[in-house]
Amino acid sequence: MAFPEPKPRAPELPQKLLKTLDCGQGAVRAVRFNVDGNYCLTCGSDKTLKLWNPLRGTLLRTYSGHGYEVLDAAGSFDNSSLCSGGGDKAVVLWDVASGQVVRKFRGHAGKVNTVQFNEEATVILSGSIDSSIRCWDCRSRRPEPVQTLDEARDGVSSVKVSDHEVLSGSVDGRVRRYDLRMGQLFSDYVGSPITCTCFSRDGQCTLVSSLDSTLRLLDKDTGELLGEYTGHKNQEYKLDCSLSERDTHVVSCSEDGKVFFWDLVEGSLALALPVGHGVVQSLAFHPNEPCLLTAMGGSVQCWREEAYEAEGAAG
Amino acid sequence: MAALHSDSEEDLVSYGTGLEPLEEGERPKKPIPLQDQTVRDEKGRYKRFHGAFSGGFSAGYFNTVGSKEGWTPSTFVSSRQNRADKSVLGPEDFMDEEDLSEFGIAPKAIVTTDDFASKTKDRIREKARQLAAATAPIPGATLLDDFITPAKLSIGFELLRKMGWKEGQGIGPRTKRRAQRQKPDPGVKIYGCALPPGGSEGSEDEDDDYLPDNVTFAPKDVTPVDFTPKTNTHGLEYKGLDPHRALFGTSAEHLNLFSGGSEGASDLLGDVGLNRGRKLGISGQAFGVGALEEEDDDIYATEILSKYDTVLKDEEPGDGLYGWTAPREYKSQKESKNDLRYIGKILDGFSLASKPLSSKKIYPPPELPRDYRPVHYFRPVVAATSENSHLLRALAESTTKAVPDPAMHSRHQLNASKRGELLGETPVQGSATSVLEFLSQKDRERIKEMKQATDLKAAQLQARSLAQNAASSRARPSMPDPGHGSWRTALAGGTATARPSTFKPFAKDPEKQKRYEEFLVQMKKGQKDALERCLDPGMTEWERGREREEFSRAAQLYMSSHSTLSSRFTHAKEEDDSDQVEVPRDQENDVSDKQSAVKMKMFGKLTRDTFEWHPSKLLCKRFNVPDPYPGSTLVGLPRVKRDKYSVFNFLTLPETEPTVQASSEKVPQPRSLDKSRKPSRWDTSPHEKKEDSISEFLSLTRSKVGPPKQESSPSVKQGEEHAPGSLSEKAADKGVTSQAEGEGSRPPMDLFKAIFASSSESSSSEEEGDSEDEQAGPEQASCTGSQGSASAETSSVAHAPESAPPEPIPAPAFPIQKMQLDEREEFGPRLPPVFCPNARQKPETPQKEKYKKSKEKHKPKKEHKRKKDKKKKHRKHKHKSKQKNKKSEKSSSPESTDSSDSQGGGEGTTDLSPQELLRR
Repeated sequence: MAFPEPKPRAPELPQKLLKTLDCGQGAVRAVRFNVDGNYCLTCGSDKTLKLWNPLRGTLLRTYSGHGYEVLDAAGSFDNSSLCSGGGDKAVVLWDVASGQVVRKFRGHAGKVNTVQFNEEATVILSGSIDSSIRCWDCRSRRPEPVQTLDEARDGVSSVKVSDHEVLSGSVDGRVRRYDLRMGQLFSDYVGSPITCTCFSRDGQCTLVSSLDSTLRLLDKDTGELLGEYTGHKNQEYKLDCSLSERDTHVVSCSEDGKVFFWDLVEGSLALALPVGHGVVQSLAFHPNEPCLLTAMGGSVQCWREEAYEAEGAAG
Repeated sequence: MAALHSDSEEDLVSYGTGLEPLEEGERPKKPIPLQDQTVRDEKGRYKRFHGAFSGGFSAGYFNTVGSKEGWTPSTFVSSRQNRADKSVLGPEDFMDEEDLSEFGIAPKAIVTTDDFASKTKDRIREKARQLAAATAPIPGATLLDDFITPAKLSIGFELLRKMGWKEGQGIGPRTKRRAQRQKPDPGVKIYGCALPPGGSEGSEDEDDDYLPDNVTFAPKDVTPVDFTPKTNTHGLEYKGLDPHRALFGTSAEHLNLFSGGSEGASDLLGDVGLNRGRKLGISGQAFGVGALEEEDDDIYATEILSKYDTVLKDEEPGDGLYGWTAPREYKSQKESKNDLRYIGKILDGFSLASKPLSSKKIYPPPELPRDYRPVHYFRPVVAATSENSHLLRALAESTTKAVPDPAMHSRHQLNASKRGELLGETPVQGSATSVLEFLSQKDRERIKEMKQATDLKAAQLQARSLAQNAASSRARPSMPDPGHGSWRTALAGGTATARPSTFKPFAKDPEKQKRYEEFLVQMKKGQKDALERCLDPGMTEWERGREREEFSRAAQLYMSSHSTLSSRFTHAKEEDDSDQVEVPRDQENDVSDKQSAVKMKMFGKLTRDTFEWHPSKLLCKRFNVPDPYPGSTLVGLPRVKRDKYSVFNFLTLPETEPTVQASSEKVPQPRSLDKSRKPSRWDTSPHEKKEDSISEFLSLTRSKVGPPKQESSPSVKQGEEHAPGSLSEKAADKGVTSQAEGEGSRPPMDLFKAIFASSSESSSSEEEGDSEDEQAGPEQASCTGSQGSASAETSSVAHAPESAPPEPIPAPAFPIQKMQLDEREEFGPRLPPVFCPNARQKPETPQKEKYKKSKEKHKPKKEHKRKKDKKKKHRKHKHKSKQKNKKSEKSSSPESTDSSDSQGGGEGTTDLSPQELLRR
């Protein structure tokens, strides 16, 4: 009692444009932070995948080897490898340092919308337009997937992985959560085609964005609706949503060129960050800092909170 | 010193030291003992050899390193006036005086060295030098030496010259005749050691033919043995390429690298016995060649560049093989056959034939006639019994034809029943092996008649008259040509009554077959000598043996195959479940519920489905998660077998539905209908909520779509036009109607297949197609059949049933209408009503949606049908009597296959066959 409880710092929203990366790889289909948020990956429509330091704006490496545009990418927990999937129906496992293709998993019948490593980067889960999620084993040399989750009735638009769960959103309007530990599949009907799903950082909720321009926060265990966030526009494209670094806010892309921030609890619109005139195609929220990456057109913007001093300037 | 006399001093020249004069009385001195005879140098030191490392002959002061005073190093003294000069010690500073003397290692005296001693006239030396020059790495390097010639001749030369020696001669007494030159004669074998070289070569070799007797010759000069040490790493006797010969030399002795083969070949071909100068024996080479071996070529000596080809020439001078090591072609074979001889050693006492053998004349085989077919058929000999009188008659008829029915001979044209017949299977009860078996005799007669009719018009007329039996004619599997009609019917009758119980392996040879059957009979009786008995005694032993073997083998094979085959194939005990698919046990359904729940934001239990889901073991391992179902081998959702949801399943539905409306005789045949319809399909979609709305929708659209759709089915109209008069007289049975409707709507079906067949329902469509083929097969086969005349006729037949639906109400139009309507519902461009089309929406989406939709469709249709039934109820009473007839037949028909023909109602059985076919 001698020391007063530290006053919780008011959450800050990244709204200061820190850097704009001109990726030079066509349209940026997706932008992703790596596991610690120091680097980011941009998936280009020119078949390349690029690794950046978003804060400094330096291009670290270009990974080329896809046969068609890259639609999603993810980094492993140890930053040693990357995976990506694209329009060439292939899921590619990359070696970060050498830039070489380690494995190329083929088997999807359509373009791969989303890829994700599991926690230990032993399995790549890829969701494809062919309405299946395939679990590719990175350890063995088996060309076929370990398991194919083909319960979706339509294309899989989003896959997220926790330590024992696979969360997938499908265009058939359902969010499916495969619980490996319980051996159960929970299917929540949302109705509208799902564009993006994500776990909350505490692992208790799932955030679901769908094409009816609504984000829903569902209780993971019961499927109950905890919150609904509207105001943005998402009726056509597969746009990303995310939760802020401390689960205080819900962030979503919008087709009107803004990024919307809602207060998670109250559901009120906290900020509509204007990014540009086009569609904000993708976003990524830093895992533990108020830092946001948005992708619009061929460039990626890096946003920080107002009080942020650029590292380069500081030292 | 010797005493010199003055007078003689001038005359005498005395050399050496004179002995001391002996004094008188003095004993001669004892000789110095051996041990005292020591050699001393000028300093009085013993010249003793101390060993190479202890000073040699002399070292220092009495074999010490120092001097008399001992070893004193030179002291360094340097002052201003007397500077110590930097002395560079040379080797001489460490040498003894003896070393610098005349015989020392570094003599100081000036002498003519060997290099400058006269050599020009020394032929022997010169020769050695030439030899050295030849062996030197750089040939001709000694040329320079030859220019520098010291004038001085050695004393030996001068002495020899004074004695009359001339350069170039040997030393020794002159001889009368020149020694025989040691030339190795070819053919002469020389054994023993090699002669010293040089005897046969050199400048002295120019020999004259003319040798006068009184001339003596000096002995030959001898070239000294060259003791040049070998300092290089070449092989022994290696000589470098001679640049003169290599570059400018004549290519007379062209080295053919590939000459070995051709030489060998020429050896083989030509000079067999000639020994081409090869010599056995040792001739000048010290080692490497055994006494009996052929001498190797001097590979080094022959190595000159000019022997190699430097350009690619048009033609190889030799065999034209261009380096190929393939066996050499006998080029000369063409020019003269006689040159080709026996290759190899000719035995003693034999010689090669001078005249070649006259070649055998080969006569060409006789030319076959152009139309000859190398197949011969034996007519099976059929015993004239009452059973196969049909067959006999048919055979007799068919023999008039040149070619017998190919169906008898080609197994590809046999159908299943015939194959079964051949294999001796008993016809399986309950399943019709041939539709013909359902025909009554009367019908068959009619068929025959129709076949024989060639004129289209006549056929049409006939069709009209036969309209009531049309169904039976539609079910004909194929259209044999008229000549074989009776044959076929006879066969059919035969199969109906009695079947051949054994397969005839030797049907082509009736005699043999007879013997074989006899053999079988005997075998059955258990006679051991069955074989011997039945064999033809007139045969040769070899033939008997062969036939015995054949028979026993055939008996094993065919007897066992009959039994094993029949035991191996059984009829399906349950319905063919190829139209079933594994589907997840639990389906996410009730979308409507959920939609409303979503609308009300009642997320939670209402919107959640929970399934048992089995992750694969490896996935659990990779996720570091214990397997939730350790025992199960299941992966994914638990699955159950369900009926396949195929679009084609639903396409066939309207075929039966119109029949319900057209003639409300549905009651008698619910069973067969159900069979074709797969009732479980109806049960799988459990939600009944939307039925009403959808049926309403159906009726709405029906009224809208109806008229134009009617136009789009021309075949029905055509049928009506074909037989307008028949409308009234036929009370068409229902199955025919249904088929007609189905037929009328075929084209759209094909269209759908073209569109959807590539999708996942291909297997089901195939199956569907099968049944459809069996249904429509008769007609389509006949329409497109090989017989042109028959096709016209049968098409008319096919149309006749279509004309059959006599319903006064626009019923025929309605089913079609409905059909088209259903198509629209199923396959029209439908987008998911719930899901807005995403920009990234997949091509699969519509299909999947359709898939789901089709599931939902069942209910409405069923309901729909029910309604129709009610509507048509009023018509039922009209046909009640017929219904009853049919009912009885239908109940009996599945069990009784053949015998049912005798019953009067042929229509009933024929009507049933398609359904039977469907069922199979």
